[in-house]
Amino acid sequence: MTDLINIKNVAADYDSLIMEDKVHTSIYSNPEIFEEELDKVFNNTWVWVGHESEIPDVGSYKTAMIGRHSVIVSRDRKKNIHVLLNRCRHRAATVCEGKRGKTKSFMCPYHGWGYSLDGALRAIPKPEEYEGVINKEDYPLISLRFETYQGLIFATFKEDIEPLEDFLGGAKKWIDLFVKQGGGYPLKVLGDHRFRFPGNWKIQLENTTDAYHFPIVHKSFVSSVDDQTAEIFDFLDGEGHVEDLGNGHSVMVMIPELVDLEKDLDAPIPERFQALAEELAAEGHSDLEVRRMVRAVGGSGFNLNLFPNVACSMAFFRVLAPVSVEETEIHHVAIGGEGAPAAFNQMRLRLHEHFQGPMGFGTPDDAEAWERVQKGSKAGKDEWILVNRGMGNLKESPDGNVSGAVCSETGMRSAYQYYKKMMTA
Amino acid sequence: MSDLNMLNQVRAFIDSEADMLDFEDYQGWLDLWTETGTYIVPIDPQESDFANSLNYAYDKKEMRELRVARLNSGEAVSTQTTDKTVRQMGRFRILDEGAAFVTVRCSMYLSECRHGNLKTYPADLTYTLKKTDNGFQIEEKVIRLQNANAYLSSIGYIL
Repeated sequence: MTDLINIKNVAADYDSLIMEDKVHTSIYSNPEIFEEELDKVFNNTWVWVGHESEIPDVGSYKTAMIGRHSVIVSRDRKKNIHVLLNRCRHRAATVCEGKRGKTKSFMCPYHGWGYSLDGALRAIPKPEEYEGVINKEDYPLISLRFETYQGLIFATFKEDIEPLEDFLGGAKKWIDLFVKQGGGYPLKVLGDHRFRFPGNWKIQLENTTDAYHFPIVHKSFVSSVDDQTAEIFDFLDGEGHVEDLGNGHSVMVMIPELVDLEKDLDAPIPERFQALAEELAAEGHSDLEVRRMVRAVGGSGFNLNLFPNVACSMAFFRVLAPVSVEETEIHHVAIGGEGAPAAFNQMRLRLHEHFQGPMGFGTPDDAEAWERVQKGSKAGKDEWILVNRGMGNLKESPDGNVSGAVCSETGMRSAYQYYKKMMTA
Repeated sequence: MSDLNMLNQVRAFIDSEADMLDFEDYQGWLDLWTETGTYIVPIDPQESDFANSLNYAYDKKEMRELRVARLNSGEAVSTQTTDKTVRQMGRFRILDEGAAFVTVRCSMYLSECRHGNLKTYPADLTYTLKKTDNGFQIEEKVIRLQNANAYLSSIGYIL
């Protein structure tokens, strides 16, 4: 009974709550911990806010969340990107409520203050009443620091944080591999599925590098695909691995032969993509182009978890947004190729719809499991969540990182140890 | 008077389909479709190019059959935790009628009870129905959920 912890007094004692091999159940449901996470994690690191393809033109914008902060990602008249706090400087109303689109400016609906695409305050109704009171130059929308890597846009409230590329560190190699799935074309966001589940955000964070659940939770999905594809998804006994990439990031390689999509282009075309190959060839694409697209169309053979809120998950971006201690919103962002043949992007869309989203053959079963974790975690008051699988069988990866079997919990330990570091800083 | 007859016929057909789905007669539901029929749940209610955009569902014949097989298999835990769906179809209006097809729009209020929680999904539905000697077959069914553009919860059944 040495594990007993008084939940009422644990909020500040993260050394006791986050062990190497287990985490305390209260981190899923303690509202005080959640409030502290918003500040110490989401306000204090690089948070993914979008992909450059979502704001392709002058006037393009999208909205996103950094913890509880609503932000606008926009592209101005000079095609520069901005990440702006979605809050009028007058009375704080949001100035943009769309998911994404095109606009010439952002207008506060309350008193009509108007802002340009770069956030500058341009128009104030009845400006004479502000003469000698304020200067418009002093009240632009608040701009956040942001940096991009391979088209992925990350923003932060922390002005003195390390450069994005340093933060991504060992994950950069995997992002470079991930963007190859455009099949010879630049990656382009094609849309997203959005859904909420009644559970804590860290339950989803754990899931991206959890291969252990796949054959159990996703049995019905595997039953819905052809035998050759089902064999590919039977990866628990394969040669894959999970690697701790540092800073809470991790990668789970499920299908090693699909790590580098530009290699083995002469591999046989899988049965499920035969019709696509024939269609692309009939359109006049060369054999090499066809093979490149067919090899890339199903996505990369790995899931990359980028702490704290985005995963480059096989064929899509999986974004999490904490809503409350017991509610999380998930965006499954479908990607294809900019300028790629319609047949290629259509196949990407149909594959995404098959597994992802609230009506997919995979996601609802994940969400059911996550909901049950949240519900079950309230049983008992002093229980723990185990993340110790594979701890006795760790190796060093070729990149010098800690690495475990594909179904090990190496990725979760990586995320939780970095979480602990942030929460105790 | 002939318009009212057609309205009554399509209404009876769509009510019957709703009953099949609420009472899990999935094979009967599959039999309602044409060979080329498409079942679509778009994200953006304004979208019309469904093939080239992301949808919640875009099912041709094979995917509909797989969806039904999944529901019947007992393998998917999310399909087993909704106790029951009840849908109310209403506000029928024929948008277009030709010799071979009739297009009808209606509303749907669907309630589900999952994990003991009652939740409602209002939607606008548009059907393209093929006229046959024995009634209708579904050529296209588009389900525009009222909150599709915001966020949904898991849906472990057929809308």
